[in-house]
Amino acid sequence: MDTATFLVQCLNAVQYGLLLFLVASGLTLIFGIMGVINLAHGSFYMLGAYLAFALAPWFGDWFVTRLVAGVLLAAIFGYLLEWAFFSFLYERDHLQQVLLTYALILVFEEMRSILVGNDVHGVPAPSWLAGGFRLGGLMEYPWYRVFASAACLVVALALYAVVNRTRLGMMIRAGASNRDMVRGLGVDIRRLYRIVFAGGVALAALAGMIAAPLSSVYPGMGSSVLIICFVVVVIGGIGSITGALIASLLVGFVDTFGKVFFAEWSGVGVYVLMAIVLVWRPEGLMKRGF
Amino acid sequence: MASEGAGNVEVAAGAGDARADVGALPDIGRREAGGWLVPAAAALAIAALPLVLSPYGQDVVVRIAIYAIFALSLELLVGATGLVSLGHAAFLGIGAYATVLASGDNGASLALLVPLAMGAAAAYAIVVGALSLRTRGVYFIMVTLAFAQMAYFVVHDTKAGGGSDGIFLYVKPVLAVGTTTLLDLGQRLPFYYAVLAALVATYAFIALLLGSRFGHALAGIRVNEQRMRATGFSTTPYKLAAFTVAGALAGLAGLLLAVKDGAVNPELLSWHESGAVLLMLIFGGIGSLRGAVLGAICFTLLKELFQSEALLGPLASHWQLTLGLTIIAFVAALPRGLIGLGARVRGVMAGRAARQAVRGSP
Repeated sequence: MDTATFLVQCLNAVQYGLLLFLVASGLTLIFGIMGVINLAHGSFYMLGAYLAFALAPWFGDWFVTRLVAGVLLAAIFGYLLEWAFFSFLYERDHLQQVLLTYALILVFEEMRSILVGNDVHGVPAPSWLAGGFRLGGLMEYPWYRVFASAACLVVALALYAVVNRTRLGMMIRAGASNRDMVRGLGVDIRRLYRIVFAGGVALAALAGMIAAPLSSVYPGMGSSVLIICFVVVVIGGIGSITGALIASLLVGFVDTFGKVFFAEWSGVGVYVLMAIVLVWRPEGLMKRGF
Repeated sequence: MASEGAGNVEVAAGAGDARADVGALPDIGRREAGGWLVPAAAALAIAALPLVLSPYGQDVVVRIAIYAIFALSLELLVGATGLVSLGHAAFLGIGAYATVLASGDNGASLALLVPLAMGAAAAYAIVVGALSLRTRGVYFIMVTLAFAQMAYFVVHDTKAGGGSDGIFLYVKPVLAVGTTTLLDLGQRLPFYYAVLAALVATYAFIALLLGSRFGHALAGIRVNEQRMRATGFSTTPYKLAAFTVAGALAGLAGLLLAVKDGAVNPELLSWHESGAVLLMLIFGGIGSLRGAVLGAICFTLLKELFQSEALLGPLASHWQLTLGLTIIAFVAALPRGLIGLGARVRGVMAGRAARQAVRGSP
């Protein structure tokens, strides 16, 4: 493998890892703070991708505006969903949550099939991000992938700032380490839950919207992402955002280079990584450390 | 930012929550109404069904019975030991794949296939159990899920498993002594009764297991693992044994499923399958062997119903929507499963009677 190929693969790994981080950070927050195992989280990623597809004709090259509009729609959707379904689940045990979110996956998949159909659709990247830059002699790296990495990085930094520097972030951190105490101190925990859930949905949908031009949109795209994100959350440690970031990058590299070196066994790589981490640290890399 | 110590306490408490919920459920293996009579009567009724059922109907019964075995094997983990696994389909799939791969082009004897399918599933269960039992609560759910996905990708991506298309089972297994064929699973009725016998055997085996000293130890672990450890039990070997036995029984269900369908494909190991069997348990009501069977019956029938074009017309092609909405309604209305329905109705009646008594008294 020459240097240029190696660099391209590294960039791909980082881009994939950062995209995973957007989905996994929402998943880990929803679990860490609300205590809900959200199997339907992959559906929000799918929702974002299909939003990108549906909104594309309306916004044309106003790509960033399209992202913002999609994120707002997804956040509103998440807020309503929490109010309608999840707010009844907090007192129930984990099994009931698994059951309900599994049912939601079925409903979302079928709604997708009714509304958009079962075809694979391409989503155009904006024309101002067309083309790429030269890397080495022959390789060309597309600008859109650079944009995707940069956008994810900006969101990750913003998330870090919100969690560590704002009053809301303080409540989120407190909620993750001791839910009952936060409630006892008079924080409106239901509102906090609703905000966290809407934020998690928005993050997953944003990841889906950014990924749509790269991967196209297709049925079942949510469930493969969901499982990988579970692996990320387990490796990183439930409820830890820093852990999720480290784990997503690790998974991104293992997956990308696994495909290069061991094509036939590439699907197994990330699970082997997870097994190794669990043998070493059963509660993930960062145990509730943020 | 929480100190390291506070984090520890919280993690332990979180794991305790999930455990306490399961532990609070009715004691599994306790005497249910009617004792052995109800399951025995049900088995006899199923044995008589081929007299009245069409071949299609028998096919549905066979599928239900196989899923009931699968659900019972998971009940040993979820209901009896308090270990919620979301990767149980891996063992079903491994049993099925072992059956088909060992049969090859010429078929093989059941005397070889049954130990092989169960053994292969049990072997993977030992490895997965040894690693995943280091974690608890929600981590355990996610880790079992991830290990099942690992098996799924091995089967899906490598040549040995036939890739995403799967493999056909060309010759159905037989059990023969010398030249006399005792049992040919390729024929409809013998297969029907073989599956029924397997279901009865699994049910009886788990019921006996839960009544034994081993079963009591599992119940102790479910209710309070710390206390079990404090009284001198090394709990991990018990949990690992339960995990392995459950895996082996799921492998048996996998063998039967492979024979029934005449083919295997990677979807058998997918997390949708693991989710479905967990749904069956929750549907029926966790903490009861009858609930597991009842859940398998209801879930399979509901799916059949929602997929039936004759009954629902064009809605049948959107069966996921109807099934999903039914499950949501179910979660909202019946938090303790179908087996809890009776208790719930009795509770409402008792409450009404009590109110009337209060109102009637001067």
